[in-house]
Amino acid sequence: MYEVRIHSRGGQGGVTAARLLALAAFRDGKYATACPFYGAERRGAPVVSFVRIDDEPIKIYSQIHEPDLVVVLDTSIMDVVDVLQGLKGDGTVLLNSAHTLEGCAATCLHVDLTGIALATDLVIAGSPILNTPVLGALAKMGVVTLPSVQQAIREMFTDERNVRAAGAAYEELKI
Amino acid sequence: MLTIATGNKAVATAVRDAKPGVVAAYPITPQTEIVEQIAEFVTAGDLVSQYIPVESEHSAMTACIGASVAGVRTFTATSSHGLLYMHEMVHWAAGARLPIVMANVNRALGPGWNTWAEHTDAFSQRDTGWLQVFVGTVQEAYDATLMAFKIAEDERVLLPVMVNLDGFSLSHIMQSLETVDPGDFLPEYHLPHAIDTENPCGYGPMTGLNDYFRFRWDIERSTRDSVGVIAEVEREFAERFGRSYGPTEEYRCEDADVIVIAMGTLGKEAEVAIDLLRSEGVKAGSMRLRWFRPFPDLDLAGRDVVVIDRGYSFGFGGVIANSVRAKTGIEPYSVIAGLGGQEVTYNDIADFVRDRRPGEEMWFGVSEDV
Repeated sequence: MYEVRIHSRGGQGGVTAARLLALAAFRDGKYATACPFYGAERRGAPVVSFVRIDDEPIKIYSQIHEPDLVVVLDTSIMDVVDVLQGLKGDGTVLLNSAHTLEGCAATCLHVDLTGIALATDLVIAGSPILNTPVLGALAKMGVVTLPSVQQAIREMFTDERNVRAAGAAYEELKI
Repeated sequence: MLTIATGNKAVATAVRDAKPGVVAAYPITPQTEIVEQIAEFVTAGDLVSQYIPVESEHSAMTACIGASVAGVRTFTATSSHGLLYMHEMVHWAAGARLPIVMANVNRALGPGWNTWAEHTDAFSQRDTGWLQVFVGTVQEAYDATLMAFKIAEDERVLLPVMVNLDGFSLSHIMQSLETVDPGDFLPEYHLPHAIDTENPCGYGPMTGLNDYFRFRWDIERSTRDSVGVIAEVEREFAERFGRSYGPTEEYRCEDADVIVIAMGTLGKEAEVAIDLLRSEGVKAGSMRLRWFRPFPDLDLAGRDVVVIDRGYSFGFGGVIANSVRAKTGIEPYSVIAGLGGQEVTYNDIADFVRDRRPGEEMWFGVSEDV
């Protein structure tokens, strides 16, 4: 089983990113569950979402405590949340950032999703949309395939800029 | 069609496929997505139904009662405080023998204000005369909702059915979902005692002492008959659509020395704990209780039993633990866990089995011995 924990702030699309990832994995022929942890919902508050991907049906409903992958859509959260908590020894961190995380004990990847959203004009109510670009980065990492990502995005959104932004993140992420 | 969806979306999709003529509902977390999705189906023309956005849950159930007795299939959804606010009419729906189907997204009751999973809301409606089923997966939320209409509307039953799903842990999780074309699985709605709207007249519902008593007995008689009807409907569903259900879902129980009983998502997660325990050589099995009313007969003779209760009767004990005790005479290890959404993992469930003390009660994370 491959377990992903996504950190974001309320309104940034972390929950939708989790749902898109589960849908893409499902289109890859895997079993997947996406499960947000809702606190007292409010914009800007730290939010965490969980995705499990497996070849067998998944019966676990509780939170993920030892993820294989941690995705951080907003690095300012790292001042208040220990995003690396429980990360497996061979786990990976994917940051929405133009810079890597200095001194990170785990494998740390980074891609500027905010920059990609702005360059693709993927902005709603002044906020760059991160949930579709991040799927491109996850495809590059091999968590899901790019065709399934494109299909999943098209199932949930009609605006093709989402697909283009995912493609841009796929190109930009350096493994 | 095969897709992935949340538990809420699954319920709404089953309602679309059951084609009720009236849906009356009021939003409440974590149920809101159900009524929003149904409203979208109606707006898009995917469901031809009169959608009544009422001003309270009490009115939601009242509108369903009016429509149902006028000869129309009806649905509503609620949760927690919403369910309690309609409580008076929940009794009325059963007493008037109306086959209304309601989804209840199980949620704790305030104060303190808490929107997470707990079964107390449903347990508080225990003696209303409604049949109650608790589901454990997104697929089951869809299947059970569809079957609920057929069970409720069967003339041997004619009682309302409540489909319970855990708040957030099932209502908001995405899992795979295969929808079906119900075809003639659901016959046209027919209520033998429907009012004649073409010939309006008034009558008083005042019922004398002896007649009232007979009506109550009739509810119980139909509830007993519902056991067979539920089995019939679940068997027909399995034959037509390939997924089978029963009053309980048993997992590796055949040679088990100890059996875990739980409802909803905890009942599914228990299966992971069972695999873990089996790998350690512990002969454990799990029994997920699906039907709460009518409460099924359980075959547990000669085993240790661990009951996980997500609801409690203050001053008396775990609701399911006491039910199991009354039904079987077995003294279970009663674990009270998951109230207000408290996280309970499969590792915790495995611990309950390892540390079991039959006849005792334990509040998980609060005290070791109570």
